[in-house]
Amino acid sequence: MTLAATAGHPGFLSPTGVEIAFLLVGLATLGAALITVTTKQLVHAALWLVVALGGIAVEYLLLTAEFIAWVQVLIYVGSIVVLLLFGLMLTRAPIGRSPDADSGNRWIALGVAVASAAALVWVVVDAFRTTWIDLDGPAQGSTKASGEFLFRHWVLPFEALSVLLLAALVGAIVLSRKGDEDGKGDEDDRARKGREDRKARPGTQGTHAGQGTQGTHADQGTHADQGTQGGQARPAANREDQS
Amino acid sequence: MHLAYPAVLAVLLFCTGLYGVLARRNAILVLMSVELMLNAVNLNLVAFDVWLRDALHAGQALTLFTIAIAAAEIGIGLAIVLAVYRNRGSSDVDRLRDTAETDAAETLPDADADADADADAARGTTADQATAPAGKAKKAEATA
Amino acid sequence: MTTTTLAALVPLLPFLGAAAGLLLGRTAPGFVRPLAVLPTLAAALLAVVVAVRQGGGRPIDAATQLTPTGSVPIDLALHLDGFAVLVAVLVGLVATCVQVYSTAYLKNDARYPSYAALVSLFTSAMLLVVYSGDLMVLLIGWEIMGICSYFLVGHYWETPEARAASLKAFLVTKLGDVPFLIGLFALAVDTGTFRITGILAAVTNGGLDHPTLTALLLLAGVAGKSAQFPLHTWLPDAMAGPTPVSALIHAATMVAAGIYFVARLLPVFAASGAALVVLAVMAAVTMTGSGLAALAQDDIKRVLAYSTIGQLGYMSGALAVGDRGAAVFHLLSHGAFKAVLFLAAGVVIHAAGTNSLAAMSRMGGLAKRIPDAYWTMTVALLALAAIPPFAGFFSKEAVLVAAEHTALGHRDVAPAAAGWTILVAGLAAAVLTAAYATRLWLLAFRGRGPQAPDHGRQPVAMTSVLWVLAVPTITFGLTAGALTGWFDGHSLTPSLTTAVLSTGAGLVGGLVTYGTWRHTTARAGRPPVGAVAAHPGAEPALVEAEAIASHTAAYGTIAGAPDPSDPGRLLLGPLHRHAVTGFHLDALYTALFVRPVQAAARLVRFLDREVVDTYVRGSGSIARGLGTAVRRTQTGNVQTYLGALLAGTLVLAIAAVVLANVYAGA
Repeated sequence: MTLAATAGHPGFLSPTGVEIAFLLVGLATLGAALITVTTKQLVHAALWLVVALGGIAVEYLLLTAEFIAWVQVLIYVGSIVVLLLFGLMLTRAPIGRSPDADSGNRWIALGVAVASAAALVWVVVDAFRTTWIDLDGPAQGSTKASGEFLFRHWVLPFEALSVLLLAALVGAIVLSRKGDEDGKGDEDDRARKGREDRKARPGTQGTHAGQGTQGTHADQGTHADQGTQGGQARPAANREDQS
Repeated sequence: MHLAYPAVLAVLLFCTGLYGVLARRNAILVLMSVELMLNAVNLNLVAFDVWLRDALHAGQALTLFTIAIAAAEIGIGLAIVLAVYRNRGSSDVDRLRDTAETDAAETLPDADADADADADAARGTTADQATAPAGKAKKAEATA
Repeated sequence: MTTTTLAALVPLLPFLGAAAGLLLGRTAPGFVRPLAVLPTLAAALLAVVVAVRQGGGRPIDAATQLTPTGSVPIDLALHLDGFAVLVAVLVGLVATCVQVYSTAYLKNDARYPSYAALVSLFTSAMLLVVYSGDLMVLLIGWEIMGICSYFLVGHYWETPEARAASLKAFLVTKLGDVPFLIGLFALAVDTGTFRITGILAAVTNGGLDHPTLTALLLLAGVAGKSAQFPLHTWLPDAMAGPTPVSALIHAATMVAAGIYFVARLLPVFAASGAALVVLAVMAAVTMTGSGLAALAQDDIKRVLAYSTIGQLGYMSGALAVGDRGAAVFHLLSHGAFKAVLFLAAGVVIHAAGTNSLAAMSRMGGLAKRIPDAYWTMTVALLALAAIPPFAGFFSKEAVLVAAEHTALGHRDVAPAAAGWTILVAGLAAAVLTAAYATRLWLLAFRGRGPQAPDHGRQPVAMTSVLWVLAVPTITFGLTAGALTGWFDGHSLTPSLTTAVLSTGAGLVGGLVTYGTWRHTTARAGRPPVGAVAAHPGAEPALVEAEAIASHTAAYGTIAGAPDPSDPGRLLLGPLHRHAVTGFHLDALYTALFVRPVQAAARLVRFLDREVVDTYVRGSGSIARGLGTAVRRTQTGNVQTYLGALLAGTLVLAIAAVVLANVYAGA
């Protein structure tokens, strides 16, 4: 389809304005992404991610896919990054520099990433050396066009996607429950309740410590001991969660 | 516009995300890097869709679906991270080492075998079964 | 029923009795004694019928093919000639008497059912050897006898002597059986058949390529089975088994099997003069050596064992001079009187509570306590010493006559050297035989000292068979003339020269011994010596087992006793010390074979444990080490796993692309 377009095109490195804009925004996006994965300040990483995602949205606009660009801003920047920030907050991510943000695997990761980047860039450039996108025609991604193809050809996947989102919603709720509300608690909970009852009630601290050590490995004595040792700080956190 | 621009940008973004997935310690930072990879893929899809002038617009449709699925995934992922944080006290991926083969799980069968080579076959299996829960206990210590 | 059917039943009935006894021994103990005695008795009667029917005439042959082997066929064959039928009658008679005797001897023994079954199985095997017309079937019977001998000699396996003796018997006879087997194969290869008739026919037509080699190989097996020098060392030690076993196996049947085999196949041996000379030398050494050793033994059964060895030497001497009629004649009469001797010795041991002649010679009045054993033993000893008119005289005469004729050249089946060897050795052995027989009688029954304890009458089962067997001991020799027709036709009657010489030699030996005994018992100082059983009033088998066990404890050796009033000491002089140990042959074999084999076994064990096992353990530790090393990669860190996975994928992808480009361009 593009063969007709190649005839009347300028050469490889004779850029049009779109290309220049694309290049500059791309550099910004890439830079933001690099900072996201390298910075030691966790919250800043999330914020630089916003920049990167925003940059991608601009790229979409340059590619005449405006509907997707705004969906990107709406969903990604608007909700996903907010969720990430909430997550950082709930897991008490340190504010400021944390020296151990990178694990010991970073050198392997660097090698793998650089090598795969080199390989893929080379392959891509080699494959698409003489391919140009024709942006002069009707807009490929206008809202009208998007609505047409989405609700004409992609209705079924669209509906399935809604079900998927529902399942994800339910799953997220289930996963983040603490498991002591209604009778859905499993034998671990009941056993733990029994132990707590048999203990001569050494105060609410003990009960909270018992609840704090819930989970899949509650049957191991060593872990329970350690849990109670570190349990002093955690009940405070749990109480904050519940409030 | 030359197709190489969006394609190369997508590649570089993808590899940046790859580095982040492998190198970052905090689980939420890993999720962020996964988002970068997904976005790189989306960019690729859109660019190729525009280039091909697909009547079905499969690329753009898939991009929309990818965005939706990424949202679902981040929701569940964060729920898991929170659960892990509540259980283990930290959300460091490094600390989640349940599948590790620890030295403790290794040495117990060795000690038995050295003591009595003749009864090795007889006791080896039972020793492994005996040390499996002990090994798990030690692993739990390591991860706690 | 035809003779062939009856003959087939003869080995079959004791075999079925053995099988039934082994199966029912525990569940129906009431049936054990009838199952022991009745099949053997029936087989004996059928053997008599077969003998009567065959009547010494033409041999009866019958065969069916047992196995199509592809080369030399193996047939289930019967070959009934005069030798076979008469030996079968002897086997049947002695086996029946032994079974009846055993019912009383092992009355309270817990292992009696298996013992009786094994004796029946042994009888069946011997009858198979006797009647068989095919050498492979004969070999089957031969080997079954060997294993039954192992089990039966080891009957008192609580005593270390019995365990050692049963193993020794088995190993030494097997040592002879290996060349025996090779010799059988050589015969079959040369003649193309295992059938005895076929082999004999081939020999007469000059068909054997290596007669000397084949004969020597076969002689090795015969020497092992029939306890000839140098493979005789197992027989004196095998006296650690129960007395009825000794009577059956080591007097009448198994040891006679070798002699019988040579008699059956004598043309094969006669084809090689060198083999006959070797046989004659073996026989001569055996006769004289065993006679000297018997004079020094203290255990009454060991005296009889060496006596058996010597008498077998006579039989193989007869075969060495080519007269198998004399050999089998002596086999038959020896079977009868040796069985009497052993069974009577069992009674004596039970009554005296000991098997030591030294202890018995310090007991008075033993003869009065056991009159049946006393009289039958006296008769049998006279037969052994070849005093006319008992059976032993006639049969030994037959041997000496044959030797004399060969020596003087009247017969040319064997070289004259063989004849002279046997004649001289036979006369010397006659002196020695009479000497030890007299010594045994004097020490056992003419002892002086405190009265022997009174345990009441001996059981009827034991004493009656003594008289049953005493009949042929006394009268069998008188059938010498009639037997000639059953055998090869050579005369078996004595000649005057040899009769006078041998009887004179016997009398000389007896009188010298008597004189010596008078001399030694008159000496002052007869210190009390005794190896007496702990429970003399118990059943005979228990008494015997305890007597055997206490012999070594009391005297320090199983064979001799430090008895200064033993005439044998004076008679043998400086040889006594060596004669007690059987001329140190056991020590020689230990040094030559046992020690090197044990050293080799220790070496092999060392190599296995330290060298081979090191590799085995090493491979195990290498595997474990590898596992530990690989386990180190399981760090549990998911990012590490993923990183390694992607690195590998990257390498593969790049390699694939590069290779695709290279090959696309090439």
